[in-house]
Amino acid sequence: MSEPKQIVIVGASLAGLQAAQTLRRASFEGSIVLIGDEPHFPYDRPPLSKQFLAGAWEEEKLRLRAAVNPSELGLDWMLGVAATGLDLDLRTVALGDGRTVTYDGLILACGAHARSLADHPPGVFTLRGLDDARALRSALDTGPARVCVIGAGFIGAEVAATARERGLDVTMIEAAAAPLVRVLDAGAGLAIAELHRRHGVDVRLGVGVNEVQAGADGRVERVLLADGSAVEADVVVVGIGVVPNTGWLEGSGVSIDNGVVCDSTCLAAPNVVACGDVARWNNPRYGRLTRVEQWDNAVDQGAYVARRLLEEGGVDPEPFAPVPWFWSDQYDRKIQLAGVTGPNAEVVNGSLDEQRFVQLYADDSGRFVGALAWNRPRQAIQARQLLEQEAGLDEARAALGG
Amino acid sequence: MKVVVDFDLCESNAVCMGIAPEVFEVRDDDMLYVLDEHPDAALHDRVREAVSRCPKQAISLED
Ligand SMILES: Cc1cc2nc3c(=O)[nH]c(=O)nc-3n(C[C@H](O)[C@H](O)[C@H](O)COP(=O)(O)OP(=O)(O)OC[C@H]3O[C@@H](n4cnc5c(N)ncnc54)[C@H](O)[C@@H]3O)c2cc1C
Ligand code: SF4
Repeated sequence: MSEPKQIVIVGASLAGLQAAQTLRRASFEGSIVLIGDEPHFPYDRPPLSKQFLAGAWEEEKLRLRAAVNPSELGLDWMLGVAATGLDLDLRTVALGDGRTVTYDGLILACGAHARSLADHPPGVFTLRGLDDARALRSALDTGPARVCVIGAGFIGAEVAATARERGLDVTMIEAAAAPLVRVLDAGAGLAIAELHRRHGVDVRLGVGVNEVQAGADGRVERVLLADGSAVEADVVVVGIGVVPNTGWLEGSGVSIDNGVVCDSTCLAAPNVVACGDVARWNNPRYGRLTRVEQWDNAVDQGAYVARRLLEEGGVDPEPFAPVPWFWSDQYDRKIQLAGVTGPNAEVVNGSLDEQRFVQLYADDSGRFVGALAWNRPRQAIQARQLLEQEAGLDEARAALGG
Repeated sequence: MKVVVDFDLCESNAVCMGIAPEVFEVRDDDMLYVLDEHPDAALHDRVREAVSRCPKQAISLED
């Protein structure tokens, strides 16, 4: 593409803002239109289940740094309006208020929304955005007698921890045999269950939810489980995963399959790139389509696609091949995973029982593929670097053991 | 460029150290130390990268 004049970004959050900032840093002087369906200036989501929900932080503290002074980057902000359609031939994005915007380059950074239960009474919450967090925080402020968390993924586990630290009575229900089965191995998942039990959460594993029932006042009263038991609850939080925000792209010609499908350089269509939670690209490091729902990936990929768009005329852009990394804070534990888990797990530092350790993962062929660290932050970052350098398991043992 | 870390926000996860070890170091006491408050121009890009990659938005730059 020869010198784009107008770049449109759909999704005014972490990945989209990072892309905008990167465009400006790369001296892009054309116009940047940032479209976001939330009325809020971009804010950071991780504190929503942590400091904000705990009541320790107020909203001002959530604003993403690059949006503290909204005029700084010279962006054309369009907040509170959704993109509703894309025309690849005309290079236009249609908006919910009837307007259309034309692009030379388009960045899809529209993230994902929380999955919920098909129908449920009031008192049942999900947590993805600021409005959700405000509602849930107010519900916790009323001091409910019992909180029930459905789904022990990261969001569920963090909400359970925060609610417990607020002194509330918490039950966490997970249909799988261990928490966090989608991202961790069963052993580490059970360590998460143990962490919550030590803090007094009633953790129920391997049991599904049949129904969420309302009481006489119409509000949620109990959760019926598949094993016939019931959990009384005044507040229910559903944390059963997210769905990429791709509905508005249906029929546009962009390939959609659990996210916006991209090549290894995050290109989804001519002059269209995707980043963050919505992007499913071919990460050459793993040789498969990958969609990552993690903070650091949104920042990294947002920056990558901005450069990718500007350099598109250039020869063979480098593929986007990061080693993923995320953290989760639960109680006083900092849980970090660099890379991915694998079938062979080995603790090389500390122990699961101390809840301070480094566990290495290898795949079937014995290749070092990931490291999980609890309250060992330095080792987590070191592990990430070792993975980037494709270090072997012995090298990782030597560097991270202790 | 002056590097300022808000230690109330910093959680010593060493992301910045991974990007610019000349400037940031998390030691065995799990505390972050800023080794060089006024890094050379050659380091500025990496320091800016550390600012945007810090998950706690704890690092800021002053002129
Ligand atoms: C409560 C919570 C806690 C988290 N904690 C952690 C953590 O501890 N560690 C970690 O690594 N990650 C964490 N994450 C994940 C991290 O926040 C996400 O990976 C990150 O926000 C993804 O950024 P994004 O910009 O791709 O998408 P999003 O942040 O989802 O932003 C997408 C934006 O696009 C908007 N949008 C969607 N469709 C349209 C449309 N059609 N038109 C206009 N705008 C649209 C959305 O409303 C939203 O504002 C957490 C997430 C949540 C919700
Ligand atoms: S990246 Fe941020 S939170 Fe982490 S050690 Fe550095 S300053 Fe602290």
